[in-house]
Amino acid sequence: MKEFGYKVHKERLIDYDKNDKRVLEHLKKHEPSVLTCIACGSCTATCSAGQFVDFNIRLVQTLLRRGEIEPLKKEVQKCMLCGKCILICPRGVNMRNLILAIQTAIDKLK
Amino acid sequence: MAKTIVVIGGGVAGMTAASRLADLGEKVILLEREDQTGGHLRQWDRLFPNRRPGYEVLDFLMENLEHKVDVRCNQGISSVSQQPSGFSLELEAGESLPCDALLLATGFDLFDAHKKEEYGYGIYDNVITSADLEMMFRSGQKITTRQGDAPSRVGFVHCVGSRDEKVGNLYCSKVCCVTGVKQAIEIKEQFPGAEVFGFYTDLRMYDRHFEEMYYEAQQKWDINFLRGRVSECAENQDHTIVLKIEDTLTSRPLKMTVDLMVLLVGFVPSPETLRLAAMLGIVVGEDRFLEPVDEHTRSNFTIQPGVFLAGASKGPFSISNAIADAGEAALQIHEYLRTL
Amino acid sequence: MISFNLFVLPFSLGLIYLLYMIIRWWSIWIRGLPAEDQKKFRTGIFSRNFFSALKEVFLESLIHRKMFRRNALLGYMHMSFAFGWFLLILCGNIESRIYSTTHVNPPYYPIFLKFFIHDRTVLWFEINTVPGFFRFLMDFLLLFVLSGLVLAMVKRGRPKWFGMKRTTHHQLTDKVALICLWLIFPVRLIAESFTDGYYGAGGGFLTQHLGNLMVLIFHESSRHIAYALWWAYSLLLGIFFVTLPFSRFWHIPSEVLLIFFRQFGITAKKSTTSFTEVEIGACSRCGVCIDVCQLGYAAHIHDIQAVYFLRSVRDEQVNRDILLRCLVCGRCQEACPVGINADSIRLIERNMFSGSHASDFTYLPADPPQKAPVLYFAGCMTHLTPAIIRAMKGILKQAGVDYLFLDEKGTVCCGRPIMLSGKYEQAEKLVHFNRELILQSGAHTLVTSCPICFRVFREEYKLPIRVMHHSQFLLELIKAGKIPLQAFHRKVAYHDPCDLGRGGQEYDAPRELLAKVAELVEVPQDGEDSLCCGGSLGIYTISSRKRDLITHDALRNLTASQPEVLATACPLCKKTFSKHAEIEVLDIAEMVYDAMPE
Repeated sequence: MKEFGYKVHKERLIDYDKNDKRVLEHLKKHEPSVLTCIACGSCTATCSAGQFVDFNIRLVQTLLRRGEIEPLKKEVQKCMLCGKCILICPRGVNMRNLILAIQTAIDKLK
Repeated sequence: MAKTIVVIGGGVAGMTAASRLADLGEKVILLEREDQTGGHLRQWDRLFPNRRPGYEVLDFLMENLEHKVDVRCNQGISSVSQQPSGFSLELEAGESLPCDALLLATGFDLFDAHKKEEYGYGIYDNVITSADLEMMFRSGQKITTRQGDAPSRVGFVHCVGSRDEKVGNLYCSKVCCVTGVKQAIEIKEQFPGAEVFGFYTDLRMYDRHFEEMYYEAQQKWDINFLRGRVSECAENQDHTIVLKIEDTLTSRPLKMTVDLMVLLVGFVPSPETLRLAAMLGIVVGEDRFLEPVDEHTRSNFTIQPGVFLAGASKGPFSISNAIADAGEAALQIHEYLRTL
Repeated sequence: MISFNLFVLPFSLGLIYLLYMIIRWWSIWIRGLPAEDQKKFRTGIFSRNFFSALKEVFLESLIHRKMFRRNALLGYMHMSFAFGWFLLILCGNIESRIYSTTHVNPPYYPIFLKFFIHDRTVLWFEINTVPGFFRFLMDFLLLFVLSGLVLAMVKRGRPKWFGMKRTTHHQLTDKVALICLWLIFPVRLIAESFTDGYYGAGGGFLTQHLGNLMVLIFHESSRHIAYALWWAYSLLLGIFFVTLPFSRFWHIPSEVLLIFFRQFGITAKKSTTSFTEVEIGACSRCGVCIDVCQLGYAAHIHDIQAVYFLRSVRDEQVNRDILLRCLVCGRCQEACPVGINADSIRLIERNMFSGSHASDFTYLPADPPQKAPVLYFAGCMTHLTPAIIRAMKGILKQAGVDYLFLDEKGTVCCGRPIMLSGKYEQAEKLVHFNRELILQSGAHTLVTSCPICFRVFREEYKLPIRVMHHSQFLLELIKAGKIPLQAFHRKVAYHDPCDLGRGGQEYDAPRELLAKVAELVEVPQDGEDSLCCGGSLGIYTISSRKRDLITHDALRNLTASQPEVLATACPLCKKTFSKHAEIEVLDIAEMVYDAMPE
């Protein structure tokens, strides 16, 4: 049953079995608040950078949890670190450290 | 000698428990701070899920009290203390009231929407709470904006003051979701041409007929549910409200102008409940609601023998849940009194 | 003939090593300065500033003036060690000239003078003679230093008497050096006493009497005991000198150089220069910063305070947690007796630890703004406190100010939050973007509601126009009679936002403004000593629970006089306090707005 699954184009698929969870593991240790996101999107709604560019900090957290690190690399660069999202997050996710910690974790993978 | 029970709080739970205890032959005194019983139920026009008038339930509860229960309104409590046999209540009027058992049915407060400043309650003309809207429905007049116009687009903001670490309330208030759906339908009943939106993170249609009402809201009333939590809003020159949200299902930020924005405010523990709990040594949970001995099997008992709990002093409750809980509390108290 | 004995070797070698280290590091630091600072240093040496620096060295390194201001006992303790020891060396050298036969003495000679010279011609009480006077003086000075030692020991057990609650957790080298330092003076006292006692003369009022007593007990063996003690004395000095460069006491030579640097106008840069290294060296680990840190006493985080952070930088042991877990509230540098800018050092270090986050922000739109004489920049956070925006709009309209609301539709961050991660180059791009917008508007005044923006506008934007926080601007409007006010008598406590007070040095305008619309009540810790609200953007790694603890700490202070309203001048402080405050929290702009007649 190894080949069970979808016969779709690789890039369309989130291959959860093969995805790299090391960045997530790093985050669990260094910014565990990321685990509490309920994907309400208020961070993205209020986001200063998101007004100008396709940047979705809520999605960053979801991608992180799926082990989709390729898109993450580009995404975290767009953040202005202004901290407005922290002020609004109903779950107390510490987004500014999240961004820096993702970057640190990605740097470590190199 | 007949035992005396004092029920503190004349809302849904207190009224139910008091009448049940009286039915069981106990001597009950019901203390109410306000000038009449009924509690928050008095502020409701129609109830979810079937939109029956709130007064039907209120009348039922009031009739049950009549001629059976010693109801004392305008009775604030200055202090309560444990005595060698039972308890003693000092009333604000100066009277001292001894009793053998106490039922705390002190209920809840509504979340103060001013605390979510980014939603502009008290700042913008056309931001109101679900409680304000319910009172507008009750007044029997057509809903209008502050400027007196019929709203053509109305937004309901879910989870205001609930599930929100930023106001210190991590818990879900349980009934706001269904209230939002009910009120959205009621807006559509008045204004079939209006667009109505519900901005939600999760819709918790947990009880019987709730999901069906949600289905009806979509199918019959064309109400839009948009998954995302409003982050902030601003007021236009014409007093309409522009709100910001992420449409999480398309992963894009969304801006929308509404004529009326309704904040679905949740439950918070009332300061009076906490004051009485402190005097009686009752455990308060991390969410600041009162903690029973065992939330499954002894949910009406406190760690203090003779002190019982019913209703929303323990957390968010719907009317039907409060009635069921208060009935159970009455039975437990009745049994307790027989052991004395 | 030059007096010599083998026991002087540990001292002499230690001294040579220490002098070598000082000269080596001073020259490395001076040569390591950026070119412009080297020039400042060269011109500084031959200017009047050289003498101001000497004066400051005297006042701070020897007298410890700032310590005195903090706590008299603490100041005296430090002064007795530093100034007392300095005078001992100075007077010892003068005294030794009386007996020396050569033009230049070896450095050990005055230190061990009593071992070499036993002058029986003058007795201890003959203080009207020159040698007698010096004996009295030297004993007096030794007593002065020893009194400091007693206080230092008392401080271990009763830090509260010295105005301190917690003391620094020291490392091994610090402990070794400290034990040596503590032992040096008692050993010197006993060694001198034994010698003076044995020879029956040569001591002062203290050493002679103590020596006579010793001889009564130890008789002939006094001589051998004395000799052993001279060895011990020399060894202790030697060990102290050798461990000094690796211990907290390295602050002594570092601080001297730091004072010269500062007097010559040399300042910290946005990346490490020798100035920063000297600042790091100049931390004496006195621990004054520990007590003022809210993360410590309010949130139970005890390993990141400035003293530990600076130590970790010096030992190259710095880690992400130490770096990023700091409110950057500025309380520690306000309290620091050496005036070390721990916050800016932290930001420099953060730059190396915050990952390769590097956006070019090319996505920012370039729409030229309208022309207006006054710009209002609310700031990101203010968009979450619409009552402040409503108040500002209402007041500006009432006052007839012709203004442009620059960030009404959308905010580009001012750059300070990203600077707080140490990424100055990234921040520079945001600064540049906003700066162009501001200049294009042709405005002569920029008003902001956010102290974070205010600080960065003033410090980094280099704008040729007036930059004002709204408290300053509103005060100006009121003084010009442009805002009619009706008096209110609500009791108000004012909270100084970190970036407006310590960061922006504006304490008076908000108070003057509030006094016009309310009755200000006393706040125990305010002004430079005000507390952080807990909402700080300076800290990256903190749970919201720990933030809550800091907020509660600040609220406890602010509500001490039972105010009816808590007023602040920062949207972030307002939002943070609103979560927990039991009284109304208002921005000063709202207070003014509410006081305007309908």
